Amino acid sequence: MNETLDRTNQTLADRLREFAKSFGLPRLIIAGFLLLLFIAAPFVGADFWTQISNTINRFSWNAIMVLAMVPMIHSGCGLNFGLPLGIISGLLGATLSIEFGFTGPMSFLMAILIATPFAVVLGTLYGWLLNKIKGGEMMIATYVGFSSVSFMCMMWLLLPYHSPTMVWGFAGKGLRTTISLEGFYDKVLAGFLQINIGNLSIPTGTLLFFAVLAFGMWAFLHTKTGTAMTAVGSNPTFARAAGVNVDKMRMLSVILSTWLAAIGILVYEQGFGFIQLYMAPFYMALPAVSAILIGGATVNKATIANVIIGTFLFQGIVTMTPTVMNNMIHMDMSEVIRVVASQGMILYALTRKTEATK
Amino acid sequence: MANANAPLLEMRNIKKDFFGNQVLSDINLTLAEGEVLGLCGENGAGKSTLMKILFGMDVIRETGGYEGDILINGEKVTFNTPFDALAAGIGMVHQEFSLIPGFTATENILLNREPKKKNIVSEIFGDRLDTLNYNEMTGRAEAAIDKMGFHIDKDMVISDMPVGHKQFTEIARELSKDQLKLLILDEPTAVLTEKEAEALLASIRSMSEKGIAVIFITHRLHEILSVCDKVVVMRDGLVVADVPAASTSVSEISKWMVGRSVATAAKADIRDHSDAKTVMSIKRLWVDMPGETVRDVSLDVKEGEILGIGGLAGQGKLGIPNGIMGLYEAGGSVEFDGKPIPLNSPRKCLDSSLAFVSEDRRGVGLLLDESLEWNVAFPAMQVQNKFLKNYLGGLVKWRDEKGIREVTERYIDELQIRCTGSKQKARELSGGNQQKVCLAKAFALEPKFLFVSEPTRGIDIGAKALVLEALRQFNRESGVTVVMISSELEELRSICDRIAIVSGGKIAGILPASDPSEDFGMLMVSMVK
Repeated sequence: MNETLDRTNQTLADRLREFAKSFGLPRLIIAGFLLLLFIAAPFVGADFWTQISNTINRFSWNAIMVLAMVPMIHSGCGLNFGLPLGIISGLLGATLSIEFGFTGPMSFLMAILIATPFAVVLGTLYGWLLNKIKGGEMMIATYVGFSSVSFMCMMWLLLPYHSPTMVWGFAGKGLRTTISLEGFYDKVLAGFLQINIGNLSIPTGTLLFFAVLAFGMWAFLHTKTGTAMTAVGSNPTFARAAGVNVDKMRMLSVILSTWLAAIGILVYEQGFGFIQLYMAPFYMALPAVSAILIGGATVNKATIANVIIGTFLFQGIVTMTPTVMNNMIHMDMSEVIRVVASQGMILYALTRKTEATK
Repeated sequence: MANANAPLLEMRNIKKDFFGNQVLSDINLTLAEGEVLGLCGENGAGKSTLMKILFGMDVIRETGGYEGDILINGEKVTFNTPFDALAAGIGMVHQEFSLIPGFTATENILLNREPKKKNIVSEIFGDRLDTLNYNEMTGRAEAAIDKMGFHIDKDMVISDMPVGHKQFTEIARELSKDQLKLLILDEPTAVLTEKEAEALLASIRSMSEKGIAVIFITHRLHEILSVCDKVVVMRDGLVVADVPAASTSVSEISKWMVGRSVATAAKADIRDHSDAKTVMSIKRLWVDMPGETVRDVSLDVKEGEILGIGGLAGQGKLGIPNGIMGLYEAGGSVEFDGKPIPLNSPRKCLDSSLAFVSEDRRGVGLLLDESLEWNVAFPAMQVQNKFLKNYLGGLVKWRDEKGIREVTERYIDELQIRCTGSKQKARELSGGNQQKVCLAKAFALEPKFLFVSEPTRGIDIGAKALVLEALRQFNRESGVTVVMISSELEELRSICDRIAIVSGGKIAGILPASDPSEDFGMLMVSMVK
């Protein structure tokens, strides 16, 4: 009753301010910018439906890696800057699946199956490390990510891979930097029930796969264990006094996050059509981190809605800026804008530890 | 200049609400030059909020400002920041010290207002590089200390000072401001020894003679009577009495504060459980809890009783429940219901139907950023699988939101938790209501045995009575054995059957609650280390 009264007395500016506060100012700015790009697209000669398709496609590739941020945020381990560790598990799964001679959709399934034990083992070690350094998780995570990528740079050369589709042609050993997935699991999800209307194409299978995982995460957070995980992140001492094993919960969240990152990179590869090795995982963590932050998550609170909104906004900007901006100012600004948006978002989020927006 | 007859300070129809909770309604207050006003009321009555409004603290503006007018010398003022208030001649000494530990008293007193000398560098680069004029600083600090009337060593470093002297340094700092007309002292005597408190009262009198008005907030009512010209009593956001100090008494003030006459300890229904079976037997317990070390405690708790554990601060009474419940490292043996309880494992204790309401509400007791529902239901959910729905043959344990809401609403109702609803965040409640949530959390576990640690610390008298009554009811109706740890002996005597006094990390003695206070007092100091 009071609320409705208050609302009528508010001026338009008040209401706008309130809306900006509840939706989050940075998210509002980025959404506005993206909208502007969509409006501008036809005027600079870019096809609107192609742009939409591109955005949805990139969303479907990246969404699971953004989803991988959720468990660690909930358990109070912060943003998973160590995402490359999970990506490496996924890459091991992918390369081994091909090495063992699996082809077609089977190779995708096997890649997931092989990646899982790697993700669990690496996640356990990573979780053990993070439990030793409570309070400094995000910094340590960054270096875990960096060093694991560098370590694997050596291993990709040294491991005894023999499959001719993957190794360097002349030497006959050592993996190539990019490996084509044609004949393996290229578009294996995206092609499933794909919708094509004119220039619009929607990768239904990939979206469904993400939806299943996102639903799984949402459901998990509604279970007893998921509740305990959130409580651990909210107040570890409270959780301990209520009989919850804090370290175990944190460990579980890290393993979950690492496994999701492994699945995430496999889904990315099937959409992109190539496996990228060596330094490629290095550049995967920051876009995922900034996507979930743009989505309205904070260092200690995140929801599935944050994942979906954030991935869409972030990938929208990444796909739209090259076409629209380049056509407008005839200069390659896209990379600059992407970097400014992603790094700026992370910086912004780390300076504030307030409640997440819905 | 404004009307010379206008009072120094006038507050008219001040109103304030936090998140829809009205905490101040229609406060009117006047204060003349050199007058000493004693402000008292329970915690949560609105005293601190009123002073924050007067001092222009940020928290007021951030939570939507206030209604009403503040007039200084008859002129309406609006303080947006404490700096505005300082400029208008209002000084405030807070409960928490804001002093730099490594600086001397003089440096702290004159911080950022130091008299300065020009030098070559500052001529070029501006006055931020002026040299401090230590001679004049010493003089001004001395003058301020003289004005205060209590001697502190102006050259002593703050970190070396006893607590009381730190408090006086803060006061001297406010007095060193020439424009000071009104000084607010927020519970200044809480940390002082009796002698220091006397000195403070004397210095308040001397300030008043020099024309400085003082608002003096304290829980020690006799101090108010001895120093104040008038007394203002607040209750539930209202001024319930505004009378000259000479015409009232301690009992009258406390009656106003609680809104009813304070019953002396209700000793009517003390029960004797000496034939009941021993439900918990503690033997040779030690607990390594910083500041509350337990050295060697052996104690038998009888089924169905309310046992109080009292003692002076730092003697180890808090260590006992924290050690048994596994929150701090402990050794010795504890038997509950004939079975040994493994120490250092919170989960095992909870599994054996023990529950604990911690003295550290915000640190241990609550999920501040989660809803009341989560706070109430969480331990019961984790430990006893309550409020869960099982799917797929128990493989999936789904949160039962409806069940959680129902139990939360029931406790909100039963314990009269003041909130906007079961979804409100625990952080937004007042201390007393947070404590009730902690109790609800323990009650939801339906334990056989309950440890309650300092359940009334920092909450107002109304909530206090409610919390104690809830505990008593829980004990009587559900037959739960309750061990209550408290620093307030009178409170223990009002609810417990027996009281054990801890001193020097050991049990100094156990007496029936009906024994006279002096006997307990003797035990408290018997083994102090």
